[in-house]
Amino acid sequence: MADFSLNCPNPLHYDHIVMAHGGGGRLMQQLLAQIVLPTLQNPLLDQQHDSAVLAMPSGRLAFTTDSYVIKPLFFPGGDIGKLAICGTLNDLAMSAARPLHLSCGLIIEEGLPIADLQTILRSMQTAAAAAGVRIVTGDTKVVDRGKGDGVYINTAGIGVVADGVTIAPAMIQPGDAIILNSDLGRHGIAVMLEREGLNFSHSLVSDCADLSGLVGELLAAGIELHCLRDLTRGGLASVLFELATSCGLAFGIDETALPIHDDVRAACELLGLDPLYIANEGCMVAFVGEKHADALLDRLRQHPLGQQACRIGRVSDSPSRTPLTLHSRLGIARPLTLLSGEQLPRIC
Amino acid sequence: MKFVTEYRDPGQVDYWRRQIAAIAHGQWRIMEVCGGQTHSIVKHGLDQLLPDNIELIHGPGCPVCVTPIQYIDKALAIAAQPDVVFCSFGDMLRVPGSTLDLLGSKAQGADVRIVYSPLDALAMAQHNPDKQIVFFGVGFETTAPTTALAAYQARRLNLKNFSLLIGHVRVPPVIEALLAADDCRVQGFLGAGHVAAVMGCREYQPIAEHYRLPIVMTGFEPVDILQGLYLCIRQLEQGRYGVENQYRRVVTENGNQVAQALIRQVFVEVDRPWRGLGDIAASGWALQPDFDDWNAEHRFDVAAITSQEAPNCRSGEVLQGRIKPQQCPAFATLCTPERPLGATMVSSEGACAAYYRYRSHG
Repeated sequence: MADFSLNCPNPLHYDHIVMAHGGGGRLMQQLLAQIVLPTLQNPLLDQQHDSAVLAMPSGRLAFTTDSYVIKPLFFPGGDIGKLAICGTLNDLAMSAARPLHLSCGLIIEEGLPIADLQTILRSMQTAAAAAGVRIVTGDTKVVDRGKGDGVYINTAGIGVVADGVTIAPAMIQPGDAIILNSDLGRHGIAVMLEREGLNFSHSLVSDCADLSGLVGELLAAGIELHCLRDLTRGGLASVLFELATSCGLAFGIDETALPIHDDVRAACELLGLDPLYIANEGCMVAFVGEKHADALLDRLRQHPLGQQACRIGRVSDSPSRTPLTLHSRLGIARPLTLLSGEQLPRIC
Repeated sequence: MKFVTEYRDPGQVDYWRRQIAAIAHGQWRIMEVCGGQTHSIVKHGLDQLLPDNIELIHGPGCPVCVTPIQYIDKALAIAAQPDVVFCSFGDMLRVPGSTLDLLGSKAQGADVRIVYSPLDALAMAQHNPDKQIVFFGVGFETTAPTTALAAYQARRLNLKNFSLLIGHVRVPPVIEALLAADDCRVQGFLGAGHVAAVMGCREYQPIAEHYRLPIVMTGFEPVDILQGLYLCIRQLEQGRYGVENQYRRVVTENGNQVAQALIRQVFVEVDRPWRGLGDIAASGWALQPDFDDWNAEHRFDVAAITSQEAPNCRSGEVLQGRIKPQQCPAFATLCTPERPLGATMVSSEGACAAYYRYRSHG
């Protein structure tokens, strides 16, 4: 039987985004009505009011925002849409917040295939629905071709933090165990290999994932977490250095304990990169009192995102010129610091 | 990971540490030539495993570090021209020229791109006939063959929109220049393993004999470096001198002869300046005259550019092993990776950058 659709031929007339899709006129209305709203389906968004009016939950609110800029838009293990939802959910989770609502601002480059936009929006919807949250308000702008990398996405998130729970750098204590949920560097290397078209044979996919469910389970289990932090830009070393500096304590990590996928390790060796500084999108460190460390590890390992959970180091109060120290497999202690900028591949 | 894990094995490292301690009686100063070896030594703390009577001196084998400022200024002048796509290895982008670096030039509108191989730049030229693609060929004998291959292919394809800014250098002349200095403190060398993979061991034999010192072709992993040191110290203790090959899994006596033939076909040996070290005879390569059409210095008329090094940068002394990075008054004060005075603070293989990154300096 031949396909029959009332929408045929495609009433958008365009396969690609044009400037008029951001112009406030009929084409923009069509884009919203036919692509954006049906994909992100929820009643609050459908009202198309200037702001979403939300009921206030009890407890304290956590509020965060992040902007997502990535090349390529689609990479092994995800796309910019999934990233934009998971990243903001993770930022909420790191404050022990249960995510409630998200916003979405799209800055689209003229010429983006509408099919790509739809795929990205579907990824956003899938990731948000899996976390039980909705995208309740949004905005769309279009910029000239050449002025953006396909699409930039800003998301903001609101979550609720239960009374009595405080998870923050200031809560880190001397003696705390430093625990990691997953292996390092998969997102950064998977994206880099895709972007640069490097012809390595590898099986890497980004670790891009929403950690809010995992964190919710840890809190529900009564584990007294002192601090959580997701290891995004700058990777493990940069994040730990910043935390150690902000709480005025010294962190020591053990090189032999760090889980790193063989393909990440190999790519880093070839390119002269250090996996400790490579970005992740589904990886976090947890600081917990020693007496809760084993329980935390057990809980993490019961969750799909914590199968490789391991203890990587310890917090001490010894005054030190070096906030972060790596104990190498050869028994040498060396300081880890912030890099000047991005890591650059070396000559030879 | 094969060829990595076993050469970082703590048991093997400890074994060779003890072997060195057992034979090292004299006071010996050994220079590792290659920046990759310096990086490995400082990163893994290998110098801290050695007895006090063994001193490691970090050599001039970082291609980024020894590239004179005038080459960076030439690169910047080319990159700033319209319709140019300037391609470079990543390390070079943060090396300061007289006024800015290539990253700064990119921020001001130049089209500067990181490539992983000169052949990627060549392919870019084929796909973008309306652009001028320029590749910055920098490095020792290790990277020279791939640059030579790009030049060879460009000529074969008669690609008119591709050219090369060449800053390639050779190791043997700089070793000889260091040894010829009256105050040279070096008593033995760890040779650069990947340079020898291309050129072989044999061109080092005359140097070892003339200056009567050991040269051991050495790899880059902790066990490689400790084995190389062991072989070098053994020669010193026994009063012998000659070329030995620790890095047998990669290095042969005669090297890669196909690569050498390509180098000879495309490049001619020239005198050239080294950052911090001055002019060294026959220490560089330039394109042969029949590759003039692919010479970016001519195409973009930048051959006449000359520049002055920062006067308070002592990277020349660091590169000659006269001072350690932290002995420079500017180290970690006036000179940091964010505001480097010299390339040794920038490159991932630079001694100053390695000390800054891996050693406490707070």
